[in-house]
Amino acid sequence: MAEDIAAASPEGEKAPASLAVILLVSVLVVATCGLIYELLAGTLASYLLGDSVTQFSTVIGTYLFAMGVGSWLSRHVRGDEMGVFVRVEIMIAALGGWSAAGLFMLFPLVGDFRVVLYALVLAIGVLVGLEIPLLIRILRHRFAFRELVSNVLTYDYVGALIASLLFPLVLVPWLGMIRTGFVFGLANVAVALALLFALRRQRSVAADMAAALVVTASLIAGLAMADRMQRWSEVAFYAEPVVHARSTPYQRIVITRRGEDLRLYLNGNLQFSTRDEYRYHEALVWPVLGRVANPAKVLILGGGDGLAAREVLRDPRVRHVTLVDLDPEMTHLFRDTPQLAALNGGSLSSPRMTVHNADAFRWVREAQGPYDAILVDFPDPTEFSLGKLYTESFYREVARLLAPDGLMTVQSTSPLIAPRSYWTVASTLEAAGFNARGYHAYVPSFGEWGFTLAAHRPIGDAVRLPKGLRFLTPASERAMFDFPPDMARRPAPVNRLDNQALVRSFAEEWGKYEG
Amino acid sequence: MKAEPTRREVLAVGSALAASTLAACGEEAIPGTLGGADWQRGHLLRDGHFPEPEGAVEDVDVVIAGGGVAGLATGWRLAEAGFDRFALFELEDRTGGNARSGRNAVSAYPLGAHYLPVPNREAGALRHMLRQFGMITGERDGVPVYDPYQLCADLEERLLWRGHWQEGLFPRQGITAQDRAQHEAFERRMAEYRAATGSDGKPAFAIPMAFSSEDPRFRSLDRETFAAWLDREGFTSGVLRAWLRYGCRDDYGSEPEHVSAWAGIHYFAGRRGWATDDDGDRELTWPEGNDRLAARMAGRISGHLRPAHTVFRVAPAGDGAHIDVFNHRARRSRRLRAKVAVLAMPHFVATRIAPETAEAGGFSYAPWVTANVTVARHPEGKGTSLAWDNVSTASESLGYVVATHQSEATDGGKTVLTWYMPLSREDPKEARKIMMTRPLRDWQAVVRSDLLAMNPDLEGAIERIDVWRWGHAMVRPSPGFLSDPARRAANDAAPPILFAHSDLSGLSLFEEAHHRGVIAAEKALAHLRHAFESLA
Repeated sequence: MAEDIAAASPEGEKAPASLAVILLVSVLVVATCGLIYELLAGTLASYLLGDSVTQFSTVIGTYLFAMGVGSWLSRHVRGDEMGVFVRVEIMIAALGGWSAAGLFMLFPLVGDFRVVLYALVLAIGVLVGLEIPLLIRILRHRFAFRELVSNVLTYDYVGALIASLLFPLVLVPWLGMIRTGFVFGLANVAVALALLFALRRQRSVAADMAAALVVTASLIAGLAMADRMQRWSEVAFYAEPVVHARSTPYQRIVITRRGEDLRLYLNGNLQFSTRDEYRYHEALVWPVLGRVANPAKVLILGGGDGLAAREVLRDPRVRHVTLVDLDPEMTHLFRDTPQLAALNGGSLSSPRMTVHNADAFRWVREAQGPYDAILVDFPDPTEFSLGKLYTESFYREVARLLAPDGLMTVQSTSPLIAPRSYWTVASTLEAAGFNARGYHAYVPSFGEWGFTLAAHRPIGDAVRLPKGLRFLTPASERAMFDFPPDMARRPAPVNRLDNQALVRSFAEEWGKYEG
Repeated sequence: MKAEPTRREVLAVGSALAASTLAACGEEAIPGTLGGADWQRGHLLRDGHFPEPEGAVEDVDVVIAGGGVAGLATGWRLAEAGFDRFALFELEDRTGGNARSGRNAVSAYPLGAHYLPVPNREAGALRHMLRQFGMITGERDGVPVYDPYQLCADLEERLLWRGHWQEGLFPRQGITAQDRAQHEAFERRMAEYRAATGSDGKPAFAIPMAFSSEDPRFRSLDRETFAAWLDREGFTSGVLRAWLRYGCRDDYGSEPEHVSAWAGIHYFAGRRGWATDDDGDRELTWPEGNDRLAARMAGRISGHLRPAHTVFRVAPAGDGAHIDVFNHRARRSRRLRAKVAVLAMPHFVATRIAPETAEAGGFSYAPWVTANVTVARHPEGKGTSLAWDNVSTASESLGYVVATHQSEATDGGKTVLTWYMPLSREDPKEARKIMMTRPLRDWQAVVRSDLLAMNPDLEGAIERIDVWRWGHAMVRPSPGFLSDPARRAANDAAPPILFAHSDLSGLSLFEEAHHRGVIAAEKALAHLRHAFESLA
């Protein structure tokens, strides 16, 4: 093929035949890289900003328009097309290579992310738009025009196909977006380096070579640090700066803070926001403690953040609290980190507190009661192992631990978004022999949230609340038990170990809600 | 599954095994063991080289030969009737037969049979036992209530189909309208059979199968193979046939071409589990599999158990029987005189030790290989999350069950996967030869590559693979087994020599073995004029 090219360009400028090969291969490479950057920007924008149709349309439109601008600008390149092409490659490598990492890391730092996004898309698009016209001009003496257009456009479109297949099937799943950017940046800069190497005898390449090597080094460094950047980019996922992130054998714990608002996420699911967690925890605790004559012994299942325990320990009648949470790292974190212990008032290191790090499902089968009040505060039933903690079998064990005139409450998901799931908890508690009564509270960061009271005896309205609550008053407490029609009780199955009805309905109802 | 496996076959391979173990030295290998029945004891039994009995003849009213599920059920039934003049001899060091289990630091795990479907209404004796063991906790409106902790927890089954795990075992997406229609038609046919009763008023297909109708309308299905019946009925969809093949291999270790249509249909139409709520179509399962049940039965009669004893000759003598037993620990034989002998062993072994009484008949057996794979983390995969039973449409194996599924830990850490494969494609004899000559490392490679094809996420997580070979794992319900005169004769045997084994049902199921044991025990009790109220 090299000979064909040499033969086809008798009047071309004096250059080794290998240069033509490099140039044609570079069409393929630059076409692939160009489309990859476009896909990266589109994917990233839909990932960070949501609404993928809009993001993809606008990113692709902007990108294609910018390519047009680049093509138009190419007319102003006079002479030394080869030199300009090499410099364009180096710039694309730097911008495109760092695009994903940069966008992820800039997302939480800049005021208007869209400005940064479209500026970058425009810049890369203009540079990519310059490539093909320049290449055609460089190659014009080596091929007949008929062949030239055919060759260049063929490689261009083949490159596009390669990119569009590689991106979803290989790159995103295996490399991730940040690494993908760096890898294709390196491909771009490799084209520049190959050309500079081929041209080294005919022209001075030192300055361009130095620039290309610097970009190469930065891309390799970026690739090596991709993991760390991925972690920083968690900021982007959580939309607030991450102040703590840790993977335990049980879950991924992430704590974010923006201003005064501190948030806890477990496996990406929001557990509380300091702006409104008092609403949630007052609603969890006081309807129970306010209805028990002497809540001396209290059991908390879940709630490793110690916030429910904080509420409980405000009650001087409480002699002892037992808290069972699966994850020791979670309870240690909220006991030993001053900033977090301040949130729960040091509840986890209170002399009235005993913490057991155990699987509650197993723990309740071996535990001995009785407890005067029990608070069941588990994560939502998103998977079978969590669904077990909402089953009739589990509640039967808890019933054994509850004093005859004791009372318990169960975090029961949202009665508005997932009414069938919500009322499944009540059905299940009743199947386990309890009297059950649902109530709900508005917690802005969660939405309308539901709980279920359960007791061996009928559950009355009379409640005694302590002074100084921020959310509950006797009147607002009473109102929590009122369910408008959109959340009203409806037939719901009993959640059992062998049907896990709750996990199924929860997935269905939230799936519908989230689309 | 119930049968004493692999006796002489194991011997044939002894030297090959030793050689391969040596060959394996020096190369890095996955840790693990190659297990099976005790081949030295099997060898003795096959060749009959036992010392003649010595010492005084011991008198025992009932001798049970064989400590698998049928033998244990015989003993359990005798004990239930308050009868205690019996002894149970077992060749292996441990009773339990196909229900035996293993255990390592991570979990107990089954070596063979690993679950019991919620029994049908007609399985009265079994229900009585489950109630005694606390697995049935009571009844509501007369219907049994099962202990939820012992019923298989959701999620029960998932299928790897075209790269995605989905719930259930029949593919849902990407099948043709014809596949779907045939599947629905098949299910309808099975529902009809499930509800059908014969001219004798009995259900067409019952479990225990002895309660099934004798109506020729159904019995004629025993004359052709399941595959021929499916062809004739137009059930030709590849997807459907693959699913049906899975069922035949799962319960019978055999291809649809080798089992009778009666047995094939029985698998799909025999189950009418009787329980409250929707638990009728559920299974009882435990980390150690059916050894939970076997060990409970053994515990009930522990004073009567004599493991490491081979019964090598049983012959009628006077109005009783002489039973010659070799004690592997003392290395000597002695003779017992019993009023009743119950041969609770696979029929091919019974014909060897009681040639005057047992007819050979057409019994043939399916060989199986199981492997317990200890992994550092729970398997994952695209689509539906890990279930108890995990099956791939692209594998010749039957997939794997997760030993820790019923236990509570949620940390996704270490577990044991029990992998199952019946060697059903080959002729059983050939298959046994392959099974016995293949060294541990080769089996481990088979298991490993099959598992990694299903779960590439387990790459690097496999810590050990313990392989277990069952040479005669299951009796094969071949066409004609219902009318096999040898089977009928063994069924109808009267004291002093009785037979008790799932072989007599032709279906290697716990319920069948249990039923046969109970029936034999009740025949013995009647013969001895010991008062009892029948459970059957």
